[in-house]
Amino acid sequence: MELELTEEQKLLQKTLRDFAQKEILPGIIERDKQGEFPWRIIQGLARLGLMGMLIPEAYGGIGVDHLTYALAIEELARFDASIALTLSAHNSLGLSHIYKFGTEEQKGRFLPPLARGERLCAWALTEPQAGSDALAIETTAIQKGDKWILNGRKVFITQGSLAEVCVVMARTDKSRGKEGISSFIVEKGTAGFSVGKREEKLGMRCSDTAELIFEDCAIPKDNLLGRVNEGYAELLEVLEGGRIGMGAMAVGIARGCLEEALMYSKQRKQFGKPICDFQAIQWMLTDMATEIDAARMLVHKAAWLKDQGKRCPLEASQAKLFASEVAMRAAIKAVQILGGYGYMKECHVERYFRDAKLCEIGEGTSEVQRLVISRELLK
Amino acid sequence: MNIVVCIKQVPSTETAPRPSPRPPFIDTTGLSWVINPFDEYAIEEALRIKERQGKGEVTVITLGPESAREALMGALALGADRAVHIIGETHLGIDSYATAYLLCQAIKGRPFDLILCGKEAVDDQNGAAGIQLAELLDIPHVAVITRLSVDASGKAVVHRQIEGGTEVLECPLPALFTCQKGLNEPRYPSLPGIMKAKKKPYEVVPATGLAPQEVWGPGARVSVKEVSLLPTRKVGKKLQAGAAEMVEDLVKFVREEVRII
Repeated sequence: MELELTEEQKLLQKTLRDFAQKEILPGIIERDKQGEFPWRIIQGLARLGLMGMLIPEAYGGIGVDHLTYALAIEELARFDASIALTLSAHNSLGLSHIYKFGTEEQKGRFLPPLARGERLCAWALTEPQAGSDALAIETTAIQKGDKWILNGRKVFITQGSLAEVCVVMARTDKSRGKEGISSFIVEKGTAGFSVGKREEKLGMRCSDTAELIFEDCAIPKDNLLGRVNEGYAELLEVLEGGRIGMGAMAVGIARGCLEEALMYSKQRKQFGKPICDFQAIQWMLTDMATEIDAARMLVHKAAWLKDQGKRCPLEASQAKLFASEVAMRAAIKAVQILGGYGYMKECHVERYFRDAKLCEIGEGTSEVQRLVISRELLK
Repeated sequence: MNIVVCIKQVPSTETAPRPSPRPPFIDTTGLSWVINPFDEYAIEEALRIKERQGKGEVTVITLGPESAREALMGALALGADRAVHIIGETHLGIDSYATAYLLCQAIKGRPFDLILCGKEAVDDQNGAAGIQLAELLDIPHVAVITRLSVDASGKAVVHRQIEGGTEVLECPLPALFTCQKGLNEPRYPSLPGIMKAKKKPYEVVPATGLAPQEVWGPGARVSVKEVSLLPTRKVGKKLQAGAAEMVEDLVKFVREEVRII
């Protein structure tokens, strides 16, 4: 594993930092208040090629490795975690699922417009009664002639109300547990498929989160994604990539907290000197910095394994678990260092604090990550 | 059309560098480096001309230390076709004439129809190298342009903002123009552009091979002796009282403290 970043990776970081400062930061506080989806920015990122990062050129993408992908997500999350979340769900869940398990025909048909960012992709697993217990999903898909008929409800789906293409997990055999789930590609506009409630959230407010409803929704039988009844094992593999994305996002948020806290602590004077001269503040800053570096190493290790073509359930969960808890701790410290100002909307860390919490919940709560890790350890 | 764009790597204006007593006369620790913003307009304009014409080649050239490679790679990622890196320690006795001389030596053997530069570098703000380069190459030049159109007949029409108006000039190609803000809105490097940058031709030319030491070494026409920060402004004095008393205070202040009357 190479620790020095390549010239391309450094250039990408610099480009995204520049892009974030000029295109993302202006208006960010207002967008967060309004919960406004930043279409213009997403289109800008699409022009740069970031909506098809992990997809090879043959399908309209760029085809960078997971390490480069993680660096890009971190850089965006440093400034706006909602945007990083949108890209992460699109790239490492939706598109990766289609790319990894789709047929040649499905890949050729669905991936190019998604990879070019002309359409958004959502990935729908969670249901009202099936969160951490993913096997409890009740959405069903029954084959009828040359159609699959979907019935059920998905909740908390990232870009649910905006995505033109959704990857939907459903039960295809009720009598079997893990071996009775399959994945499907459902396009917006299909009869029987509608968007329900658009959620109001604590953080990640510029990312779209919605409920998806399937009522006798008939899709062509060719929209089965992957193998019938083998969907669970496939979705676990997709989640490994998702967790790398989520880990990178958490590292980005944590870095934002550190950078804002560092800058503030050098400028803010109390008792006649900058507050960074006080050990109480220094220790908070050093803990943040050390934890962030450790979290990033875990994310990069999982990404590196994935790039070697290896499975990494343990490493991806470790990265996601550790990075998300580091982000939350960093956010608490940053708000504390900025004090009264940190509690106000104008100083960004208040937003990071709210955004960070999602990292401990989405794509598997911290408890589920611990469950996955312990199962791997005790195998 | 063959277009040459001259760029310079400069410290980002985000951080204010501190003066240092030795060359390069600023403390470079912790500085981040960027392509000179005015040169970004030059690169963008060159790329647009090439895209409009559907053919041609854009060559970016810089004079700078090893680390200036990052600026050239950035330009290649934006879409330039090839890079020429004149390696030389720009801060060690290099004035704008020497810069222009070295650029001229590196450019004159190549085919070119158009040379674009930024109107000045934001670090030393001399604004002279581009124009001197045109003189050395013996081609026409217009500085500080805000609009450029070139036609197939080998003619260019440029706009420049002058006090209270716009000046429109025409000149034959090859010519050199220095670019001003407002000329265009530079793009960001795309991810495919970044991934392809390293595969493009990258030529390294040592400055020592291009010009004798009399030009850019100890014989430089202009050399920096010292760089210092502006003195910090003192806090102003506020007079508060009735009008009559304030006048009295002001006169006393001007007489006794400022001592100008």
